[in-house]
Amino acid sequence: MSIVADTTRQPATDWTTVLHGWVTTVDHKLLGIMYVVSGLVFFVLGGIEALLMRWQLFAPNSHFVGHATFNQLFTMHGTTMIFFVAMPMIFGFANYVLPLMIGARDMAFPRLNAFSFWMSLFGGLLLYVSFFAGGAPDVGWFGYAPLTEYTFSRGHATDYWILSLLVSGVGTIATAINLSATILAMRAPGMTLDKLPLFAWMMLIDAALVLFALPPLTAALVMLLLDRSCGAHFFDVQAGGSALLWQHLFWFFGHPEVYIVALPAFGVISEVVPVFSRKVIFGYESVAAASVAIGFISFGVWAHHMFAVGMSPGLDSFFAGASLLIAVPTGIKVFNWLATLYGGRLRMEAPMLFALGFLGMFVLGGLTGIMLAAAPIDWQVTDSYFVVGHFHYVLFGGTVFGLMSAFYYWWPKMTGRMLGPKLARWHFWLLFIGFNLTFGPMHFAGLMGMPRRVYTYQAGQGWDVWNRWTTVGAVVQGVAMSLFIINVLVSLRRGAPAGDDPWDAWTLEWATSSPPADYNFETVPVVRSRRPLWDLKHPDDPDWKHE
Amino acid sequence: MTRTWAKVERVRKCGSLAGTCSRLAARTLFVAVWCGWLALARPAFAVPTSIFEPASPTAAAISELFYLVLAITGVILLLVGGMLLYCIVKFRSGGKATHEPPQIYGSQPIEVAWTVGPLLTVFVLLMVVIRTVAETRQPDLTSDTIHVRVIGHQWWWEYQYPDLGVTTANELYIPAGTESRPRPILLTLESADVAHSFWVQRLSGKTDLIPGRQNQLWFKTSQVGVYRGQCAEYCGAQHANMLLRVVVQPQRDFDDWMAHQKRPAVEAAAGSAGREVFMSHTCVNCHLIRGTPAVGTVGPELTHLASRATLAAGVVENTPQNLAEWIAHPQDVKPGCNMPALRLTPDEFRDLVVYLETLK
Repeated sequence: MSIVADTTRQPATDWTTVLHGWVTTVDHKLLGIMYVVSGLVFFVLGGIEALLMRWQLFAPNSHFVGHATFNQLFTMHGTTMIFFVAMPMIFGFANYVLPLMIGARDMAFPRLNAFSFWMSLFGGLLLYVSFFAGGAPDVGWFGYAPLTEYTFSRGHATDYWILSLLVSGVGTIATAINLSATILAMRAPGMTLDKLPLFAWMMLIDAALVLFALPPLTAALVMLLLDRSCGAHFFDVQAGGSALLWQHLFWFFGHPEVYIVALPAFGVISEVVPVFSRKVIFGYESVAAASVAIGFISFGVWAHHMFAVGMSPGLDSFFAGASLLIAVPTGIKVFNWLATLYGGRLRMEAPMLFALGFLGMFVLGGLTGIMLAAAPIDWQVTDSYFVVGHFHYVLFGGTVFGLMSAFYYWWPKMTGRMLGPKLARWHFWLLFIGFNLTFGPMHFAGLMGMPRRVYTYQAGQGWDVWNRWTTVGAVVQGVAMSLFIINVLVSLRRGAPAGDDPWDAWTLEWATSSPPADYNFETVPVVRSRRPLWDLKHPDDPDWKHE
Repeated sequence: MTRTWAKVERVRKCGSLAGTCSRLAARTLFVAVWCGWLALARPAFAVPTSIFEPASPTAAAISELFYLVLAITGVILLLVGGMLLYCIVKFRSGGKATHEPPQIYGSQPIEVAWTVGPLLTVFVLLMVVIRTVAETRQPDLTSDTIHVRVIGHQWWWEYQYPDLGVTTANELYIPAGTESRPRPILLTLESADVAHSFWVQRLSGKTDLIPGRQNQLWFKTSQVGVYRGQCAEYCGAQHANMLLRVVVQPQRDFDDWMAHQKRPAVEAAAGSAGREVFMSHTCVNCHLIRGTPAVGTVGPELTHLASRATLAAGVVENTPQNLAEWIAHPQDVKPGCNMPALRLTPDEFRDLVVYLETLK
């Protein structure tokens, strides 16, 4: 499908040729790599923002950064991590791996794919240009009206925020269309939907969630833009608008968004856990069905972000019930992963370490989620550091650990080289310890009454000790991520050759060369089971006999 | 075969020695952690804003619910975490495996079990939640309920007692109830600008103040004392310094306080020069002092400013030095706040502070 000659794999003669190749490519693999790299770059930026915030909060009454900078930092950190780290990295891996996994030669719409990537990247750049255009946005990643209205937010920072999310949102929606079309229409012969690898299943549900969740955000952003620049009054209370409407629209996007960035991690875990336990996934149908259930329920829980806005007891109870209910399919998946581990032969290599880390940390985040779903508890701890701790266990312990697992798992396929196992171990353990040091104490700070989004706090409230640990943990995480980057750079130069199938895995991407040729497969493979390479490796006991 | 067995025996012996050591180490660690907990962590939890030190029935109901949910999730964590650790320890592979372990594709009875089990748990949890929602949300009002209109401003709190005709700021005074005579407090929450959230951890969960809406929050307490709280919804530059205090007094003290608050501003001879400064500058555009020409309503009412414990919404204590600093350099005390610095001569400035100090 690639319509541009791929120059990158030939000895590079001229950097302009190489650059031209990358900029004009429509190859899903190159776009996937660019997505992941852009995600990593923004990850570093978002991480620096987090470290600066932690330095400020290390001690009470600190003067390291002022209120103005701090409010910009947490706005940028949240926006960056959700929209320009989590989603691009997910779409990057999906882009690279999905067509290979389902035996396709490219995505369904290669040029739309390139368009999506550049929109996403330009959205991120637009956000960061604001730093040089009078200051970054400081309204929070959730941008509650009417703080975002022109009356309270002069200058153009908030406009940059709106436009960057609009631009990248268009790319995201286009990618969702592309992913669903690819999964639904481009599968190899024999790969019916019930033989689809679970990562592809999760990405299919993910794409559906994007298609239904992103448009409400886009609409809300357009409305806000109209309010700010054309004198509309959607969220302007003085002129009859509704401040609460923004909250509903934002969280109608915002809660499914949590699953948009979590489901792909579930998909990675559903691939890595079986391969590194040397067992088939336990309860394939249940995992897929539970994910579909999560997809549906995730659209009925948004107001649990709004328990404190003064809803009726009936609505409080409804949203508490729906939010508690989502624990059931989530639990089913965790149990199925555990059952896959049970009786396996666990290989503790880097992808597995992160997958196991994911399991432990995500369970913790899920359980504090149950606490938050109980509306009265939420009245106490919402908008406190307890929530910050909770969702970092879900989004960092879940999504980032999942993405790291994906990175170690698929890097050999993408580059043909292995990452150093020793550095990987250091990376994992330091990150694991730093992560828990950072986000564990946040729960206690919140329970002790510390609200979030404060640039300073007074001494003598018992918050100091937790904040000190959190900052120490953040520094440890910074060291861990530096080791990771070193590992990546070293591997690029002199990593051990990976071969086609370094993990002895079972899905189609391991049946081709590393990195794969432009056309992915010399002949389109024919699939008879969920683990086509297992069938090849075990002709005496193939999977399709059991499915 | 026998040789292998001997090897296994040797490994076992080493294993048992290692086991004893590790058990000993684990016990020492346990004792150390427990002592550490008692020495360090316990005091860390007894803080003036802890949700585990409830001083009202509603806050107590929430902390009880928290303990219940903590117990349930704790059991789940032990089960799931235990299973995970068991799998890691038990099924971890040593060297290169020659053959694959048995492939188990799934089991319908097991799937049903771990679907129904969590469903039942969730159902029980939901019932408890609904009961607590009903208990805490339904105001338990009496004929002598204290009504207070709480208006959030960027970045301070306005309190109006409509039944008593008094307006004050940042420090909410309420009477303590008794067994025989509980005094419920009903707050009507409104906002003058952006969204805020009223949170006094020991008295109640938080409720937002949303422009264009009127929310209600109620609680009652019989424990006299000063409770700290603060805004919990991000509201702009000085969100971190939108602090508040709730002063719970015995009924008689509260009545005295209220009687004093109802009086217009004190006219003291010492303050006359400063009064002149206040009335002839822009102070009057924003502030109200009852009994004077100053009738601004943008900033806090200052009729009894000197009777307050703090300034600038709890940022600093209300001392003459801090007051002087606050008026001279508001943007240093609370950067980004809406109070401008006035250009006054040193004499005018001194007189102004003297005058404000007379507003007991």
